[in-house]
Amino acid sequence: MIDVEKIRKDFPMLQNKKMQGHDLIYFDNAATTFKPQCVIDAVTHYYTDLSVNAHRGDYELSYQVDSEYEGCRKAVASFIHADEKEIVFTSGASNSLNLVAYGYKKFLKKGDVVLSCEAEHASNILPWMKVCEEVGCELCYIELDEEGRLPIENFRKVMNERVKVVALAQVTNVLGYEVPMKEICAIAHEYGAIVTMDIAQSAPHMSVDVKDIDCDFASFSAHKMCGPTGIGVLYGKFELLQKMDPFMVGGGSNARFDMCGNILLKDAPYKYETGTPAIEAVIGFHAAIDYLSAIGMDNIHQYEQELHAYAIEKLSKLDNLILYNPHADGGIITFNVKDVFAQDAASYFNSQGVAVRAGQHCAKLLMDKLNTSATLRASCTFYNTKEEVDRFVEVCKNATIENCLNVFF
Amino acid sequence: MSELMNDPMILRQIIMDHYQYPRNHELTHDDTYYTRHMASDSCIDDIHVEAKIQNHKIEDIRFDGVACTIATASTSIMSELLMGKTIDEANHIIENYHAMIDGKDYDEDLLEEAVAFHTVGKQANRIKCATIGWKAMEEMIAESEKNGK
Ligand SMILES: Cc1ncc(COP(=O)(O)O)c(C=O)c1O
Repeated sequence: MIDVEKIRKDFPMLQNKKMQGHDLIYFDNAATTFKPQCVIDAVTHYYTDLSVNAHRGDYELSYQVDSEYEGCRKAVASFIHADEKEIVFTSGASNSLNLVAYGYKKFLKKGDVVLSCEAEHASNILPWMKVCEEVGCELCYIELDEEGRLPIENFRKVMNERVKVVALAQVTNVLGYEVPMKEICAIAHEYGAIVTMDIAQSAPHMSVDVKDIDCDFASFSAHKMCGPTGIGVLYGKFELLQKMDPFMVGGGSNARFDMCGNILLKDAPYKYETGTPAIEAVIGFHAAIDYLSAIGMDNIHQYEQELHAYAIEKLSKLDNLILYNPHADGGIITFNVKDVFAQDAASYFNSQGVAVRAGQHCAKLLMDKLNTSATLRASCTFYNTKEEVDRFVEVCKNATIENCLNVFF
Repeated sequence: MSELMNDPMILRQIIMDHYQYPRNHELTHDDTYYTRHMASDSCIDDIHVEAKIQNHKIEDIRFDGVACTIATASTSIMSELLMGKTIDEANHIIENYHAMIDGKDYDEDLLEEAVAFHTVGKQANRIKCATIGWKAMEEMIAESEKNGK
């Protein structure tokens, strides 16, 4: 079990922060998480103690930067059970997801199918829309059930030889359901399709084993898992990474080139890492991975599920709320206050010191399924507490339209 | 006016009234109208605004869409306030409205019910809701002036 009170001490943002005069309750962890002091220290360590470029100099400091940089790659690899050479550093999940679509494009032809679903984040759908438009492929959606879940039978039904790519999130960012990725990969591979998995919302909350799942690609961001912004990961099976094209070339990614236009790219993962990377972020990310690993991803997952069950139990007793995903697998609670537009309610939550998000959460397509133009999303993580949930429930209770308007006066 | 301004109950009532019963809340789809679709990713309000502008005068304003109380009510109030005004009058009112929102000096009497939004900046991110319909109108006025009518 985890000791939340002890954990909270590690986060400067959890020390007596106020918002609109109230103790801050941060329930927007699906957007990004707070950083523990060790991550902040690791970032400043780079600027204070190292500060030179990676992969460049032949002097001691540069060597040290290289070894810390590559040390993070090792840590990431073992975090998701991959091999070091299969870990590409990117600027974040969106960058990784775009890289897969761009890089894999050359293996697709007119008439091929890319399969996804309506609950995906824009960053996992739009790159494929573009690829489909360019190549003449078709983008098809696996039907979700009424709850918004993706049943494996629905996937099986639409799977056929024309499908070349399956693009799905392991846990979706609006409804927080876990998709049975291992089964999906097995079925997709039988048909010769590859699977690109968006783990931006799963990697921060549970242990993910890309080898066991057997996905071909996996994308995620450090900032959603206590790490710095501006750094993310693309995992790819090494053969695939070798065969694909990077969408940027230049310094750092080429081994040789001449003035006749001959370029010899480095092997993966380096051929994808052109230009000076966010070195401080990589070093900070390593600290974040160590931090999460020390707590234990299974402990984190278990705690978050308990907290979620506690919150749902209390919230489902309120008759002024609509809960869209009471059975979510992760810590995401998507809801609305009856007869109050999401944006109005969010301002009320803000006025009470509670950070939740109003919006379409990038999954615009899904809103057609839930029949609402906007929702509120409260997302908890391992440093949130039952006491915070209690106060959140009180605020929900009082979120009348009158109170929502009173915040302006 | 000033007394009303400091009575949140009354101001809240004005906003609620325009939210529940928005005025001019039906589009004409008449192609002699200027139109604007106002939507952005950072803001979940999504509205269409139409305006008929002739001889430097605003003949009609309509709007429709999915929006929060502040966006709906502020657009509804704007539609009543600017309808029938000349472009010069309208620009003057719009200027005062922005001055109010930005916490600068402004003429209360010109703004009538729109004063209900004088403290909207307390929730900084909602300023965009209180100005979304107004922005649409400004753009359409600019377009009509460019067309010379
Ligand atoms: C499921 C999912 N995929 C991708 C992303 C994009 O992540 P980033 O903005 O860090 O690139 C997000 C972030 O909200 C997400 O929730």
